[in-house]
Amino acid sequence: MKADKVVVRGVEKRFERKQDELVALSAVDLTVAEGEFVCLLGPSGCGKSTLLNIIGGFETPTAGAVTIDGQTVTGPDPRRVFVFQEYGIFPWASVWDNVALGLRKLSKDQLARTIQRTIDLVGLKGFERSFPSELSGGMRQRVAVARALAVKPDIILMDEPLGALDSLTRMQMRSEILRIWQEEKMTILFVTHDIDEALQLSDRIVVMSPRPGRIAEIVEVRQQHPRVIGSEEYVRVKHRLYELLGVSRSV
Amino acid sequence: MLVPVKDGMLLRYAVASIYRVAVGFGIAAAIGIPLGLLAGWYLRTGQALNPLFQFLRPISPIAWIPIAVLWFGVKDEAAIFLIAISSFFPIVVGTMTAVRTIPLVYVRSAQNFGLEGFELFRRVVLPACLPQIITSLRLALGIAWMVIVAAEMIAVDSGLGYLIMDARKANYYDRVVGAMITIGLIGIALDWGMRRLERIDEVRWGFTKQS
Repeated sequence: MKADKVVVRGVEKRFERKQDELVALSAVDLTVAEGEFVCLLGPSGCGKSTLLNIIGGFETPTAGAVTIDGQTVTGPDPRRVFVFQEYGIFPWASVWDNVALGLRKLSKDQLARTIQRTIDLVGLKGFERSFPSELSGGMRQRVAVARALAVKPDIILMDEPLGALDSLTRMQMRSEILRIWQEEKMTILFVTHDIDEALQLSDRIVVMSPRPGRIAEIVEVRQQHPRVIGSEEYVRVKHRLYELLGVSRSV
Repeated sequence: MLVPVKDGMLLRYAVASIYRVAVGFGIAAAIGIPLGLLAGWYLRTGQALNPLFQFLRPISPIAWIPIAVLWFGVKDEAAIFLIAISSFFPIVVGTMTAVRTIPLVYVRSAQNFGLEGFELFRRVVLPACLPQIITSLRLALGIAWMVIVAAEMIAVDSGLGYLIMDARKANYYDRVVGAMITIGLIGIALDWGMRRLERIDEVRWGFTKQS
């Protein structure tokens, strides 16, 4: 049994609105083990992004707390890096300088080696001097992933990172993310509303439901990677997810 | 019209005008950009300064002429002051707005990687605002160049604005039009120079449609 990495205990998030109060998250408990790949899956408004933001330290919970390695999260930290849907890479900096963002206190040599290794890892060799505006959406997301990987984080938090990509690029990026996860062995929390994405990537799928945002069920995916899309186990879990999300299996 | 060209007066006056705009505009940028960055980043500073900006901004630079002459006399400084005051507001307000509208995702990314204080400013806030700052500089330079004529009509005794006033008194209308054409041509050149700045790698992203 691996050590607990992220522990969410009784986390609640309420937003004051003009007339009433919005309960974005109500009493969420979740434990993520070290090296685990966990997807947060649910419709919009279920609080999955809010939960990820709280774990990342960008928002504070109204009640409850998140601990990482036993320490309470009080703010953002380079040991847990966020990858945003809108990439968050800097359009004014080259690929190289973007990846260098979090790297400080390194000698010149070390710095260059780390950046090059990371750029190679995400398959952007040859684009070091390019600016984001010269890259496709998929390549920009690779830059965002490289920037996160460069600082060797324990945890990567991804908020619908592939949401802006076309479906073929998404498929390709999923395998890339899996490959990197298997090589680097960090913990990944991944927010998505795409059932197949969650199924292909995660060890466990945290299914969330809205109003108020809460965990409906945690579904384990016992298949080894590479997963065969359409295998018996795959379809079984998929049907279970459809049921939990309250959507029909046929259109 | 040929006389002022031949004896070098037109060139001398054009240089005088450009010099005043350069100094006045430089002062406005040197104060306006840092102040705009501060007012945009620190909410309280912005809240304190913004009413003042909004109050002073609609007052035409021409209305400042008596004050400028009172303070500086009929000298270069008076014209420079008028230029500075007219280009200051577009720069400071433009810069402040730029800081306020930095996408949250950039600031969060920077915080996530532990950037703080000056480094956050240098590596994220400033570059994120640079395209908008350049746009406000371009706007301000256009205004400054327009105002130079009004400033020189009263506050000094050289320059293209002065040439127009002086020529009118002697009924040299060819000189008036000649000076107007010169002002227009230099205006185009200044704007062209500012637009060149938009092509720099670090800011080009702000001037093209994001795909």
